[in-house]
Amino acid sequence: MNPTLLLAIPLLPLIAAIVAGLGGRLIGRAGAHTVTCLAVGASCVLSVIVLRQIWWEGAPVYDAPVYTWLVSDSMHMQVGFLVDRLTALMITVVTFVSLCVHVYTIGYMADDPGYTRFFSYISLFTFSMLMLVMANNFMQLFFGWEAVGLVSYLLIGFWYTRPSAIFANLKAFIVNRVGDFGFVLGIAGIAFYTFSLDYRAAFAAAPHIALASVPLSGSVSVNALTLICVCLFVGAMGKSAQVPLHVWLPDSMEGPTPISALIHAATMVTAGIFMVARMSPLFEYSDAALSVVMVVGAITAFFMGLLGVVNNDIKRVIAYSTLSQLGYMTVALGVSAYGAAIFHLMTHAFFKALLFLAAGSVIIAMHHEQDMRRMGGLARYMPITAVTCWIGALALIGTPFFSGFYSKDAIIEAVGQSHRSGSGFAYWCVLLGVFVTALYTFRMMFLTFHGPERFREAAAHGEQDDHDHDHGAHGGNPQESPWVVTVPLIALAIPSLLIGALSVAPVLFGDYFGHSILVLGRNDVVAKIGEEFAGPVSFALHGFLSAPFWFAAAGVATAWLFFLRQPAWADEVARRYHWLYRILTQKYYFDWFNEKILAALSRGVGVALWKGGDQGLIDGAMVNGTAEGVGWFGGVLRRVQSGYLYSYAFWMVIGLVVLLGWFLTHLQ
Amino acid sequence: MSYLLSVLIWLPVAAGLGVLALGERRIAAGRWLALAASLATLILTVPLWSQFDTGTAALQFVEKLPWIPRFKAYYALGVDGISLPLIVLTAFMTVPVVIAAWTVIEARPAQYYAAFLIMEGLMIGVFSASDALLFYFFWEAMLIPMFLIIGIWGGPRRVYATIKFFLYTFLGSVFMLAALIYMYVKAGDYSIASLQALPLTLLEQRLIFLALMLAFAVKVPMFPVHTWLPDAHVEAPTGGSVILAAIMLKMGGYGFLRFSLPITPDASRELDLLVIALSLIAVIYIGFVALVQQDMKKLIAYSSIAHMGFVTLGAFVIYEIVAATKSIQGAGMGLDGAMVQMISHGLISGALFLCVGVLYDRIHSRQIADYGGVVNTMPVFATFMVLFALANTGLPGTSGFVGEFLVIIASFRASFWYAALAAVTLILGACYTLWLVKRVVFGAVANPKVAALEDLNPREFVVLGALAAAVLLVGLWPAPLLKVMQPSIHHLLTQAIATKL
Repeated sequence: MNPTLLLAIPLLPLIAAIVAGLGGRLIGRAGAHTVTCLAVGASCVLSVIVLRQIWWEGAPVYDAPVYTWLVSDSMHMQVGFLVDRLTALMITVVTFVSLCVHVYTIGYMADDPGYTRFFSYISLFTFSMLMLVMANNFMQLFFGWEAVGLVSYLLIGFWYTRPSAIFANLKAFIVNRVGDFGFVLGIAGIAFYTFSLDYRAAFAAAPHIALASVPLSGSVSVNALTLICVCLFVGAMGKSAQVPLHVWLPDSMEGPTPISALIHAATMVTAGIFMVARMSPLFEYSDAALSVVMVVGAITAFFMGLLGVVNNDIKRVIAYSTLSQLGYMTVALGVSAYGAAIFHLMTHAFFKALLFLAAGSVIIAMHHEQDMRRMGGLARYMPITAVTCWIGALALIGTPFFSGFYSKDAIIEAVGQSHRSGSGFAYWCVLLGVFVTALYTFRMMFLTFHGPERFREAAAHGEQDDHDHDHGAHGGNPQESPWVVTVPLIALAIPSLLIGALSVAPVLFGDYFGHSILVLGRNDVVAKIGEEFAGPVSFALHGFLSAPFWFAAAGVATAWLFFLRQPAWADEVARRYHWLYRILTQKYYFDWFNEKILAALSRGVGVALWKGGDQGLIDGAMVNGTAEGVGWFGGVLRRVQSGYLYSYAFWMVIGLVVLLGWFLTHLQ
Repeated sequence: MSYLLSVLIWLPVAAGLGVLALGERRIAAGRWLALAASLATLILTVPLWSQFDTGTAALQFVEKLPWIPRFKAYYALGVDGISLPLIVLTAFMTVPVVIAAWTVIEARPAQYYAAFLIMEGLMIGVFSASDALLFYFFWEAMLIPMFLIIGIWGGPRRVYATIKFFLYTFLGSVFMLAALIYMYVKAGDYSIASLQALPLTLLEQRLIFLALMLAFAVKVPMFPVHTWLPDAHVEAPTGGSVILAAIMLKMGGYGFLRFSLPITPDASRELDLLVIALSLIAVIYIGFVALVQQDMKKLIAYSSIAHMGFVTLGAFVIYEIVAATKSIQGAGMGLDGAMVQMISHGLISGALFLCVGVLYDRIHSRQIADYGGVVNTMPVFATFMVLFALANTGLPGTSGFVGEFLVIIASFRASFWYAALAAVTLILGACYTLWLVKRVVFGAVANPKVAALEDLNPREFVVLGALAAAVLLVGLWPAPLLKVMQPSIHHLLTQAIATKL
């Protein structure tokens, strides 16, 4: 592969971001969206070329440095690219979704005063994500890792005058930093055992690291590779929003909707999943670390999905859905089904971006109303949005033949086949999660697109959003969105429908990933499923007979019953099980704990150390105390120097006597 | 013999005297003279950097003239890879201070410029002296202009702050002088090289180490002798804070590298846990204290202490690395990290203090509560402030990342726990810095004063722009900096882990 071509993939969006960001006033709004769309479009085309070269033409893996970042103590830290099949797939997904979002943004943000800034940010984000997935070493991985966090910080706080937005972006950055705390320790561990930050060295050394142990205290020590992998996974928990570091993701919906689609559904949050898959040659040698990964993912998959059932904000429901689906990917990683995780990452990127953009389309039509209780019956007015959203929803719940089915069903079966400790628990979580997924998804579909039209009352009540937009006359019928919005919806609906069936054979059961992912023979659950695989059609037909399908069908039926047929029943259930309802609406009290306990405690510690330690003990007792001591001593001395001659004479005599006495005693 | 170092020291001093001679009446000329001199000094560091031979650890650009023959004290100068970056940093940071003061300092501007120029020369002297007595001369002499800067142009509690600052640093220095004299008596001259070569018993080393440490720890500053710094920063004028944070603190770190490690290697090895513990306390304890500050300058001052903790950690963790792994592999990374952290902190803290200065010049308050929503009226300024804040949190791609990353990687070799405790700065640093940004920069316009703010003028733009470029350059391509340091760091490492017993 041509290095210049590879270099152009991340650099084009970077250049566009700089042009749009610094020269926004010069080139104007049209200039900003033209330059960024063209750059990301070109990156997308180049990514497809790379994918073609590496998949069909069998081009060799590209792994080479670009420049030496620094050399310290003979350790070379370089910026460099590793482009193999995993990378090629990732850059294609990232640039394609990013391109759709760029185009969509032209319509969605049309009236926003920060238009050029927004385009600059999303291009910068594309650059960061590409640097992350193309890295061939941990330093650059960390660079991309933190850079996507930075852009996410900027974008969540894009409407910086909103208190909720700047609260959410601070929260997102800090929670991600908690993850990065672990991540950097993992990297330091790798550097310790291999004295290199290159993937190649780390992967080669993994079996040896697995034999070492790190002493934690006098007698306690832990397997070195397990420690490293768990540390790295803590980083993944931050980026990919796994319990308990998931708290930032729902709040990140404060950002404009295109961002929710790009960052908080399709790309940034998948960084953790990608990283663990990339690090499969490390994780494979630590069963304990993989168990941790699996259990954390299972908890996220089930319990975060439940939260989607009680939320009324259309974007937040999809956000909880994202958490839950990220949990599925994480479970897949935990059972060594890395390929299945990446496969689900890919299908999910399409249908989740689609769902978010469809939600955005609804939000535009509703004049920035996000509460589903004030929607309903929109299918009639917004046919394209409704149909594409149905496709996304069916893909999400894993309906056979839709893309989500192939990836999710594979994950559930893989968990069922796994014998790793904790896999029994994980299996029930992912299976019940299917019911929950179908329930919240179709609750959203029914409340938004079907049933009675509730938006007229809302408009009559004068309910207004706090963001000052005007997309047509209020009170009239909702309008379908303009083509810049619907075209990306259609562009995403097609892969949401087809990509699973088209790619399941090579990506999941074939040898698409080749050497880019390592699975040890004893862990290879996907291969076991693959033995029975006889093409996507029979796989899907078989899916109709499997448990997950019936769980999903039950979920849809329940949603239909409670939210379309008998809405009063839903309220009745909430009343009867109000304690459960309260736990769910309080999001298991994670936010309460973080804000009321953790943050308050930190500030309390800060004040205690400042007032007590710095001002009280050090300044009060030691510094000023010393000064006062000197002052007191000076006062004593001053009294001695009275100025009276007889006083001096008296002390001189005394001194003479003492000196004489000392001499006499010592002379003897 | 090249006189470049002498020119770098005495050119700004002479220019400072020139500005004084021009007096307050001809301040327009004085300003231009000050700017020209500071720029000339900066430009003269270019040949210093380009002609520096990166293949040797030996002192370069050496000068040696008799100074006080009776004490065998020489006017001896020279630079190696450890002092060179610090000299360039000093020359670089004085320029923005001169520009930033252009219209802001109204009381006695000539004396203000003179103080900074003279101080620049003296600080370059500190980093280039290869004679311990000359070092001590510069070390103490530069206190005087800083004392005057805080005392004359400072805030309302400047008297308390100056006396605290002076006594603290002077107390430490006296012990250093005693140690230097003791070693002079044994060695016969004040050359730093001969002090480094001087054989010392363990007891002697311990006492000398503690005496030196007191002087350097106050300057760094390390917990628990740090409380002068927040007070000094709060009272100092903007330029004073910039130089204090960017350069003066580095003199402490430089002292540890130049004196403590090579002169008392055995005592350093023996007492390394003391320094490491104090460094980690600095990172965590001070991080929490920074979180609850209500004064922007105090917050940045505390942040400085936490960041300087990485310098001392990186310098002393080498002994624990050798003890834990029985190998010196990776130890140099700790020293590299310490050095890079010093340079980076100089740029970032200087930039942040300049940012606070920009706001202070407009609203005359440093209280966080008096701000909010600055981005609405000062978008360009907000961009810079957010950039420097993120650099302060150690974001990769900025200089703040490099040193912390190297030190954390090195610390892991010594112990998982050192690395883990040091890495807490990732969380705490983000908390206190970005919470500051949230309250000052973001949000709706908080009050009429903020609504009336005007964005950066060209002068301020140039100053912050130059610093932003430097922060990004060091972050994206630190290789040249590390290459310059490499032989000297290696030499220092062999000195530090050798034994004198």
